[in-house]
Amino acid sequence: MTSITTGFVRTDLLPPQPAPRENASILGWVRANLLATPKDALLTVLAVALLLWTVPGMLNWLFFDAVWTGADRTACLTGAQGGVQPNGWTGACWAFVGERFEQFMFGRYPIDERWRPMLVAALFSLLLIPILIPKVPYKGWNALALFVVFPILAFFILHGGFFVFQEVETPLWGGLMVTLILSFVGIAVSLPVGILLALGRRSQMPVIRTLCVVFIEVIRGVPLITVLFMANVMLPLFLPTGWTIDNFLRALIGVALFASAYMAEVVRGGLQAIPKGQYEGADSLGLSYWQKTRLIIMPQALKLVIPGIVNTFIGLFKDTSLVSIIGMFDLLGIVQLNFTDINWITPVTPSTGLIFAGFVFWLFCFGMSRYSAFMERHLDTGHK
Amino acid sequence: MTDHAEAAPPDGRSLASYIYNPKFRGLFFQVLTLAITLFVGWWIFDNTTENLARSNTASGYQFLNGRAGFDIGQSLIPYTSDSTYGRAIFVGFLNTLLVASVGIVTATVIGFIIGLGRLSRNWLIAKLCTVYVEVFRNIPVLLVIFFFYKGVLGALPQVRDSLELPFSMFLNNRGLAFPKPVWGDGAILVPIALLLAVIAALAVAQWAKARQAATGRQFRTARTAFALLIGLPILGFLIAGMPLTFDYPVAGRFNLTGGSVVAPEFVALYLALSFYTASFIAETIRAGIKGVPKGQTEAASALGLQPSNTTRLVVVPQALRIIIPPLTSQYLNLTKNSSLGIAIGFPELVATGGTTMNQTGQAIEVVSIWLAVYLSISIATSLFMNWFNAKMALVER
Amino acid sequence: MKKTLLSATIGAAVLGLGSAASAATLDDVKAKGFVQCVVNTGLAGFSAPDASGNWTGFDVDYCRALAAAIFNDPSKVKFTPTTAQTRFTALQSGEGDVMFRNTTWTINRDTALGLNFRTVNYYDGQGFMVPKSLDVSSALELSGAAVCVQSGTTTELNLADYFKANNLEYNPVVFEKLPEVNAAYQEGRCDVYTTDQSGLYSIRLSLSNPDEHIVLPEIISKEPLGPAVRQGDDQWFDIVSWTHFALVQAEEFGITQANVDEMKNSENPEIRRLLGVEADSKIGTDLGLDNDWAYNIIKHVGNYGEVFERNIGMSTPLKIERGLNALWTKGGLQYAMPIR
Repeated sequence: MTSITTGFVRTDLLPPQPAPRENASILGWVRANLLATPKDALLTVLAVALLLWTVPGMLNWLFFDAVWTGADRTACLTGAQGGVQPNGWTGACWAFVGERFEQFMFGRYPIDERWRPMLVAALFSLLLIPILIPKVPYKGWNALALFVVFPILAFFILHGGFFVFQEVETPLWGGLMVTLILSFVGIAVSLPVGILLALGRRSQMPVIRTLCVVFIEVIRGVPLITVLFMANVMLPLFLPTGWTIDNFLRALIGVALFASAYMAEVVRGGLQAIPKGQYEGADSLGLSYWQKTRLIIMPQALKLVIPGIVNTFIGLFKDTSLVSIIGMFDLLGIVQLNFTDINWITPVTPSTGLIFAGFVFWLFCFGMSRYSAFMERHLDTGHK
Repeated sequence: MTDHAEAAPPDGRSLASYIYNPKFRGLFFQVLTLAITLFVGWWIFDNTTENLARSNTASGYQFLNGRAGFDIGQSLIPYTSDSTYGRAIFVGFLNTLLVASVGIVTATVIGFIIGLGRLSRNWLIAKLCTVYVEVFRNIPVLLVIFFFYKGVLGALPQVRDSLELPFSMFLNNRGLAFPKPVWGDGAILVPIALLLAVIAALAVAQWAKARQAATGRQFRTARTAFALLIGLPILGFLIAGMPLTFDYPVAGRFNLTGGSVVAPEFVALYLALSFYTASFIAETIRAGIKGVPKGQTEAASALGLQPSNTTRLVVVPQALRIIIPPLTSQYLNLTKNSSLGIAIGFPELVATGGTTMNQTGQAIEVVSIWLAVYLSISIATSLFMNWFNAKMALVER
Repeated sequence: MKKTLLSATIGAAVLGLGSAASAATLDDVKAKGFVQCVVNTGLAGFSAPDASGNWTGFDVDYCRALAAAIFNDPSKVKFTPTTAQTRFTALQSGEGDVMFRNTTWTINRDTALGLNFRTVNYYDGQGFMVPKSLDVSSALELSGAAVCVQSGTTTELNLADYFKANNLEYNPVVFEKLPEVNAAYQEGRCDVYTTDQSGLYSIRLSLSNPDEHIVLPEIISKEPLGPAVRQGDDQWFDIVSWTHFALVQAEEFGITQANVDEMKNSENPEIRRLLGVEADSKIGTDLGLDNDWAYNIIKHVGNYGEVFERNIGMSTPLKIERGLNALWTKGGLQYAMPIR
């Protein structure tokens, strides 16, 4: 046995040293993230060149050279075209968007009555915000109010025809309002119908299953525009003489049918993800089919597919822009209609209008997709 | 479903036992649903026939043989206003297939690049790709199409200031005009040679595979096949005595006349669909590649595979299994979205069908043709992709 | 399937069902208290809602005239805006009672589509517009041109026929909606814009540089635009037709919105008959209306000339000349059948 003689043992920890300079500084970050290999360096150079090539011009066009105020098209025309801008000028004509902003929001809804859509929008936000925040209680009642009571109330407020509400026919509705109504009603109808279709598709009754499969696959197999054409042109032929369906309602039906089929597939995904034990457990408790579905299966399945539902909603929201093809004036339709407005027709008006419409759509869709990602994280309770 | 039959009560045949018997109830509901469906179907059919009779509209598909009377700007097959409605719809169908097929290829390529770019270590590239995806994914495809149409029309010069390109090609806002090849006698040799080349290439591949399995020696199949595919048709072309002349575009009073033209509507629709769908494909690709466990990459490096081979032989084949199903639905979406060509005047199926519908008033027939065509495309694509998916699926030994 | 029923139920519940519209349209209209008028979704001067949602235009005034004849109130009218595709189904399915939607009267539409036409409230013809810079003076010089046209219209067919008949080549650039055609023409996508001449004037106005474009003199087709009703209701057909004749006749007699009250005291028996002041006149009641139906039309809407001038005439931005639409006494084609 040799006794070990302890030489030197440090009793306290070394003070931490600063990270090597090449890792800590901005330069280090640049080297690691932009110039790691020659290939990376080349890509970085190319990307920077691309940015330098596009961004300044874009910023100039969108902001620095843009026209922000003006009463009519002369503000956005060059001298040669009869306007006030120097020759060779080009830039966004935000004055046009500013002037027509209300029309883009409400379409041709009578000006004196525009407080009504605003009221509906306020009601909508009031009901929507609590349902979006996971912590707020009474989700069931809230959903009932939002998806059942609110649409009916909103219809009567917007359409009017009684009391202080002067009648405003649907052909006058337009703009963002119509886009929102179409997509909201689409989702409100498609959710229950989609659930029924999904249940039907997984049903063991062959007739019901076949009907649901055929409906879902046919609708999903064809473009929305043909569904809209169908609703628009053929629906009147399907009804007995003298029954009429408002144009707006037809588009609504088309959109809702389309969304239902997609929703059904989303819900089916959720149903399939529920372990078999849950079904068997419910059966062993003696629950009936509907009790089992309502109390055990659906709450779990729907929770799983909330991101999918939001994604369907984003798709639906974007797809409503197609109604402009069948002659309705949603946001895109009304923006396009204004391209031929004699007061604002200029070479830059169409681009400006399209960019504005694109930005509005983008804002909504991006917001929703962020919310969807948030819900995904929030609901990620290890159910894999 | 509570499918297992409950024990029948002792008396067995009481009314209550029927009501509570799941099988009987199932049958009852199915019959009820079927009856309601049939009734509604009959009701719609009855209304429709009555409406059509009242408005004196003939039904049936005979109108397809009638003279169309309208012209179509872009057609892959000969078409004039004397052609039939049926041919007009067929022209639209071919245009749909054209834009969908080239769109799918381009969208896949861009999608792959962007999807890989988002996974890049290069911060700038990754961010740029993210911006691309977030911008295109959150804008309606119709708007993207309008943007591209505006962009294409705005960027290209007026017809009088046409850009002259090599090989007698001209670029202006009426499209890209290029010499139209006119095949002479004996040109049939070229496709025959191509066919032979394909067969020969397949045979070489088969042989090379067998040899590699037997001896382990590799053969440069790709190069050989490439040489065959290029060489044989050229040989055939030379043997036939170069039976090819060109119809060159010439400046006319208004337009370039002669040659072939790729219209800006087509280009705009094609680019818009490609770029829009690419943003979705990129996300699919990213998810697929991230779905391959890291251990696979590490194991591949441990085996000494180079990074490029790791990607090609280990990561991509596994990622494809995750990618294919969503990729299929993106392809179908692109095909369906091509129907929006109607908004910028590209004569695809919905556009030519819509015109036919307007001119003849045969709404139901035209819509049924649309449904049939799109459904067939969907089903065919799904079948093909299912087959491909099955081929790629993990084969457990 | 399930949902079609659902939709029908929703339709029934929310919007109320129009009662059977087949037999006596007049009774229906009187019962519901307004005329449902099928119009264009928006064509400046003919029918378009303004920013605050009021419909105005030549066709719209005809709807109002009809309402005035029936209800003595031009505001008792509702509008169903339709696209080129939906216009015929809208009328066929009973969604509208009458269509005033710049629709060309053709034999096919009069027979095969189950509609009835009898009057022409606007004689139009298809023309061409080109940029002045092309230096074209006749449509016959247009060989090889790219032509912008709206799809699904008689315009598209006439265009094909005209170029074929004259052995000219062209390249059609076809769009679904008018604004898109305008934009494409403006961008220089095509050399020529073709549609009804009335439309060309209104479109030229909406270009950023109207002076640089000319409308060629050729008219390549006859486009008689007139109201249409469903077949099978002669009384209603008569009312719609004679509303037009009353407007034209009023202009011929020089009866205007301003002087119609004075004219009631006119000595001219024909005027007295039109305005329903002859004691034993049964003209109005035979139509199923009041005897002062024509008086009401003129009082509320004016005569044909006034309607024309107010909406599309020389005093409006459209600046359309009367041309074929002048009275027959002034070299035009507008001719009212005798009211007696």
